[in-house]
Amino acid sequence: MARLTDGSEFVRVDGNAIAGPLSELLSADMTMAVVTCAPCGSGSVLATAVVELDPAGFIVLCPSCRHTLFTVVKTGNRMTLDVQGMTDLSVTV
Amino acid sequence: MVGASLWLTGTVVSAESATPSGRILMVDVPGWPGNLAGQHLDLRLTAEDGYQAVRSYSIASVGSATTIELAVDELPDGEVSPYLVRDVQPGDQLEVRGPLGGYFVWRETQPEPVQLIAGGSGVVPLMAMSRAHHRTGSTAPFRLLYSVRTPENAYFTDELAGFESDSFRLDWVYTRSAPEGWPAAPGRLMRDTLEAAAIPAEQQPTVYVCGPTGFVEAASRLLLDLGHEEARVRTERFGGY
Ligand SMILES: Cc1cc2nc3c(=O)[nH]c(=O)nc-3n(C[C@H](O)[C@H](O)[C@H](O)COP(=O)(O)OP(=O)(O)OC[C@H]3O[C@@H](n4cnc5c(N)ncnc54)[C@H](O)[C@@H]3O)c2cc1C
Ligand SMILES: [Zn+2]
Repeated sequence: MARLTDGSEFVRVDGNAIAGPLSELLSADMTMAVVTCAPCGSGSVLATAVVELDPAGFIVLCPSCRHTLFTVVKTGNRMTLDVQGMTDLSVTV
Repeated sequence: MVGASLWLTGTVVSAESATPSGRILMVDVPGWPGNLAGQHLDLRLTAEDGYQAVRSYSIASVGSATTIELAVDELPDGEVSPYLVRDVQPGDQLEVRGPLGGYFVWRETQPEPVQLIAGGSGVVPLMAMSRAHHRTGSTAPFRLLYSVRTPENAYFTDELAGFESDSFRLDWVYTRSAPEGWPAAPGRLMRDTLEAAAIPAEQQPTVYVCGPTGFVEAASRLLLDLGHEEARVRTERFGGY
């Protein structure tokens, strides 16, 4: 156990330890996730976003300002999430 | 929703022609966990050379049954829908993933009035909601406005007519040709029609709009114009223009 300057404690582990908690985040219903747009700062339920689907993947646009929130591209057996247009995503667990 | 990314193998139980361009498929999916009213699934076809195509389809059935109902409209130059509407036969297998989505859903615990607005095959998730409303004896006022090209292009006509009651009203818009003696000339959904046939904004209904993307966007604009609040208008765009 280590101690931060504010007195809180943490354990230093590696990425293996977050398999469980991350699966909790990523297996949640993403249509109900709230995403914050980087350019305009508005938060939207993902189900209300505008999506452009094509054979290679999809582009998700902010419903308020139409900037790209994130993209997903599949090449071969690799699926890539590019999150440049968003600052955070939250789900109810 | 854990496990939603798992592909399950379903077997087509029946495939009945329902409209000039669409079929109703019953698919038995062992392991299907049941679904809420309004949810959809992803359907995957794999060609002999391994090429795969995935499309989303709403689920017309609702509840715990492992046999689910789909209604698919054919897009003549489409990749997946012509196969589902013309070729697939009882006994054939399809892969599905779901149920998906927690937003475009109606739950029987919702007490508020509900306005459903369907364009073409966009009636499918709204059918599941109408069935759930009927089956649970919900007293929430429901009204369905169903826009179709012609009367023959409508899905579930008889079952919907059977739902009509004090708490379920059904209204039609015909865009190409109307039945004999129909009071309105055929045409796209207009502001006046929507105003006359939809639960007014003052009653604060939750509105579910579903169909081709162009239809959904046009209907949503009219709804906002009529004073419905954006947060109470839920949309599901099927694609296209
Ligand atoms: C959440 C969701 C639920 C859906 N539920 C249903 C359903 O219950 N029943 C149903 O019939 N369809 C439904 N769809 C549409 C379905 O997923 C497919 O888009 C449709 O079957 C066409 O696929 P395709 O492979 O035949 O055509 P594609 O090969 O994908 O497209 C062929 C051509 O049609 C255009 N196009 C694509 N989709 C549409 C569309 N929906 N309307 C008009 N033009 C289009 C394309 O731009 C292209 O030019 C749903 C879509 C979504 C996103
Ligand atoms: Zn934005």
